[in-house]
Amino acid sequence: MLPLLRHARYVLSENPITGLAFGLFALFLIAAAFGPVLAPYSPLQSNAAMALKPPSAAHWFGTDQLGRDIFSRVLVATRLDLAIAFASVILAFLLGALSGVAAGYFGGWTDRVVGRLADTIMAFPLFVLAMGIVAALGNEVINIVIATAIINFPLYARVARAEANVRRDAGFVEAARLSGNGETRVLLGHVLPNIMPIMMVQMSLTMGYAILNAAGLSFIGLGVRPPAAEWGIMVAEGANFIQSGEWWIALFPGATLMLAVFCFNLLGDGLRDIIDPRMRT
Amino acid sequence: MLNLLLSRLATAIPSIVGVVIVTFMLTRMLPGDPAAYFASLAASPQAIAEIRTKLGLDKSLPEQFVGYIGDLLQGNLGNSLSTGQPVVAEIATRLPASAELTLFALIVAVAIAIPLGVLAAVKQGTWIDHLCRIVTTAGVSLPVFFTGLLFAYVFYYLLQWAPAPTGRLDVFLSPPTHITGFYLIDSALTGNLEALWGALRQLALPAISMAIFSLAPLARMTRGSMLAVLGSDFIRTARASGLAPGTVIFTYAFRNAVLPVITTLGMVFSFLLGANVLVETVFAWPGIGLYAVNALITSDYAPVQGFVLTMAILYVALNLTIDFVYGLVDPRVRLDS
Repeated sequence: MLPLLRHARYVLSENPITGLAFGLFALFLIAAAFGPVLAPYSPLQSNAAMALKPPSAAHWFGTDQLGRDIFSRVLVATRLDLAIAFASVILAFLLGALSGVAAGYFGGWTDRVVGRLADTIMAFPLFVLAMGIVAALGNEVINIVIATAIINFPLYARVARAEANVRRDAGFVEAARLSGNGETRVLLGHVLPNIMPIMMVQMSLTMGYAILNAAGLSFIGLGVRPPAAEWGIMVAEGANFIQSGEWWIALFPGATLMLAVFCFNLLGDGLRDIIDPRMRT
Repeated sequence: MLNLLLSRLATAIPSIVGVVIVTFMLTRMLPGDPAAYFASLAASPQAIAEIRTKLGLDKSLPEQFVGYIGDLLQGNLGNSLSTGQPVVAEIATRLPASAELTLFALIVAVAIAIPLGVLAAVKQGTWIDHLCRIVTTAGVSLPVFFTGLLFAYVFYYLLQWAPAPTGRLDVFLSPPTHITGFYLIDSALTGNLEALWGALRQLALPAISMAIFSLAPLARMTRGSMLAVLGSDFIRTARASGLAPGTVIFTYAFRNAVLPVITTLGMVFSFLLGANVLVETVFAWPGIGLYAVNALITSDYAPVQGFVLTMAILYVALNLTIDFVYGLVDPRVRLDS
């Protein structure tokens, strides 16, 4: 563990931006965990007297058309946005890593089925497919999670397949097999743990995309419904006021969304540098 | 040449089959009973059963699939509930608007990304390289609908450089004579300079928002591929032979480095076609993305499914073209086939 930490410190000193990303990540986690407690106002409480007020000392990010405090709404929305992204990334990991590892390890028809499935999904423009899936399954938050997981599935399956394929005949796998472990046990207990670091990098790289995707879907009115506080839908609400000059309604949720995606993308790059120096760009 | 084309076409067939199966599954997953939905709320059970027969929903799934294929071959994607028009006709009239926006955005993205990537590779480790890294990471992090709104606010509301972010052409201008459906090309062909300038002004902001979002993979791939080529022996030989740096970079290195960049175009198109939907919503662009979003809001599913299918087929066709171009550019691929 200690050499890894030392290595991490070395990489961080090479690239201080990754450190910044870790700091931002911590902030987002705090906002997700304690958002509702920290928020100065209720995210849903409207107040007609305070509608469309620009940012001030009382309302840092201003108020929206119903007089709701935008800072509180942005803060409270963190939990929902991160939860959707986390859930979809974990689902994509479970589906993709398991089937990908099986495909790479067993080869044969398993490989063909998984490969064909991944190719079919990749034959669609991904955001468009996500729209179609949410439209077909029904306009609910859980379906955003499912759609985002499905469009990320091929990435996970391909990486897991390639990595498992390389390790299929590795010494430690042979040893595990010779000591009498069943195939499933070798797969889950020996191959899968070995490709976990690479899958972790993949997860943090796709987190940013998952957040963008979920926010994009709710921006066009899918999934999260008003009055719920969510970054994408808040930008969509603010879009109606941009042309009359009320910039703060869309700007703050949009900028927060951007910062979150930026943070996860940097984090993914940074993790990749720590885990696999060959892949540094 | 013909062999290459045929072998590429053959590789696209499984994708098209997959796309058709998935879109069929999506049509059968409509929330609730589609027949009851089409019959409206007040219908009697008898009327619902009648509609179910009419829509072919009482048949088995394979039979329904055959019917669906038959409809597709006849170019029938159903009718829009809200307008009553056939979906195919509506998509066909709106497609040029989306195609113009997407292709223009691609041109802008390529025009920025490739020089940036080449410069970053040639001046590796300098501020240009860092700038390239920042621009590409920031580019993919920017939600395209947010960039679009921000641009509309800054360039329309604050600076008033751009026209109102609504549609393809100012309401006071009449659209150019219909030839290709692309306003830029049509107005240039008919010599309608006023319309050309107007269309270009409307196109600029949405296209740039989309380009910023999609230039990252191109710039990164250009940089990586240029770095790999610049480090190879034949470049050292070319340099040692005293060739001008410009010749080495553009004639020797770039032509070899451009191949992986062409492959990346597939991913760029996936980004662009997705971003297209969001940008059209922000700029009220009368393309198929906005059509699908409006249909989604009114729970009108036939247009949404037609839209997904159209986009998927377009994307498969684009990938096919990219593959084909790759074969043309790289003689080695031609020999293999």
